[in-house]
Amino acid sequence: MMVLEVRNLTSGYGETDILQDVSMKLGENEIVSIIGPNGAGKSTLLKTIFGILKPRRGFVRLQDKEITGLSPDKIVRKGMSYVPQVDNVFHSLTIQENLEMGAFVRTDDYRDRLQEMYDLFPLLKDRRNQKVGNLSGGQRQMVAMGRALMLDPKVLLLDEPSASLAPMLVEMIFEKIVDINKTGVAIVVVEQNARETLKISNRGCVLSMGRKVFEDTGKAILENEEVGKLYLGG
Amino acid sequence: MPELIVYGIVLGSIIALGAIGLTLVYGILRFANFAHGDLLTTGAYIALFLVTGLFPWLGIPDTTFGSLSFGWRMALAFPIAMVCVAMASILFDRILYRPLRKKRSGPVIMAMSALGASFIIRMIVLILWGADSLFYRPGVLRPAIELPLEIKIRPDQILILLTVLSLVVILYLFLQRTKMGKAMRATADNIELARVSGIDTERVIIWTWGIGGALAAAGGVLYGIDVQLHPYMGWNFLLPLFAATILGGIGNMYGALIGALIMGVAQQVSTAYLLPTYKPAIAFIVMILILLFRPQGIFGGRRA
Repeated sequence: MMVLEVRNLTSGYGETDILQDVSMKLGENEIVSIIGPNGAGKSTLLKTIFGILKPRRGFVRLQDKEITGLSPDKIVRKGMSYVPQVDNVFHSLTIQENLEMGAFVRTDDYRDRLQEMYDLFPLLKDRRNQKVGNLSGGQRQMVAMGRALMLDPKVLLLDEPSASLAPMLVEMIFEKIVDINKTGVAIVVVEQNARETLKISNRGCVLSMGRKVFEDTGKAILENEEVGKLYLGG
Repeated sequence: MPELIVYGIVLGSIIALGAIGLTLVYGILRFANFAHGDLLTTGAYIALFLVTGLFPWLGIPDTTFGSLSFGWRMALAFPIAMVCVAMASILFDRILYRPLRKKRSGPVIMAMSALGASFIIRMIVLILWGADSLFYRPGVLRPAIELPLEIKIRPDQILILLTVLSLVVILYLFLQRTKMGKAMRATADNIELARVSGIDTERVIIWTWGIGGALAAAGGVLYGIDVQLHPYMGWNFLLPLFAATILGGIGNMYGALIGALIMGVAQQVSTAYLLPTYKPAIAFIVMILILLFRPQGIFGGRRA
């Protein structure tokens, strides 16, 4: 079964279409990466899937239910969470408060989920009463992912989680993505770090100029010389 | 001089009630509410209507508490005025500011509409109560308590300080401990992220206006008790309110509190050297100095 299905999606800002006729699928427990050069429309795709941008054409289905055109606060209740690339934490709040805000729509007792987040990101536990603004980039990224996971989503959308992180931290973030995936969360990840991302992905979609130009398993894309030369920087 | 500092703290605590509301609204909506001062006026006059109009008619006795200048009538009027102004602020947002936000109006349009709202409020007060200064309890001699350092303070003023202190503590606990309070801080921090986290930002905005309005009403009533009521009282507070907000760093509630105390003391102490009519000029000078040298405020926050 597909947990997320995107069909013929077209969207953009103002008059211009940035994303054109893009289709993709995400199966249960899969990691699908969206790669491609700057300005290819990768972030626009995530924003449209999550309802931040309204699609001009096409539809989005989450667990076989149509969610096209719904606002983000509705979509988040239906089992999909989103981590923006920048400004993805509440700087003036503590780690614990950031996680609590992720659980805002929950009315049940979510203390177990909080504990699971601290098990997943042990570094955060000791600092849970620290303000996030004082944390390093890698720690903030963990807070951002933890916040998005508080609702126990089926699908997680990650926009360039490794952007502006030191190489050592990039590796750690990718390990965390695999860990999250193992807990039963299907993940769509947009990345500049194409090769590293493809290594952990079941499948990859290559976007260029707002269109999907290639799709295959992560392994096949890495081995494809032509795609490598054109889109993965040699 | 010590006496002027104490009076400044009393005035500053009243400014704080307005400034905290102003900074909360600014923090979440990025909107300079020029009508915020007039919410103080509204609160003060609603209490006046209750204390001198409705309550005598209802037969609530005109007693006073100990050596204070007021009694049960004011004790009842104070929370009612807070609730009324809270609802009025929410109503103003629903019928005026929210439609403008939906149209993505720029900051100038928003500021002008707030200015318009402030005129409307003031004119309504003028029509209903006239342009004279009024008192909750005219002609009452209020005995002063002598403190060391030749400080004379009225029991009313001590109660004003205690009231502001308890309101600030309640607000602090609300913002730190409750789910809605945390959501308010989160929304002020990053409204886009609040939305994608599933926080109902419209409800947060309603709470923000409600709290801002209630605190402003409290400030207005307390100023009426301390000094007098006048249709322009809130408008005259606007400059110190903004100065305190900017001084404390926009969006920073605790900064606004300290900024307000500084503004209150600066204004009162200036009367030792200048005519009292120059008080607003002091607020203006402080504001210009901050904008020139430290636009992010003394405690950090958004740049003005």
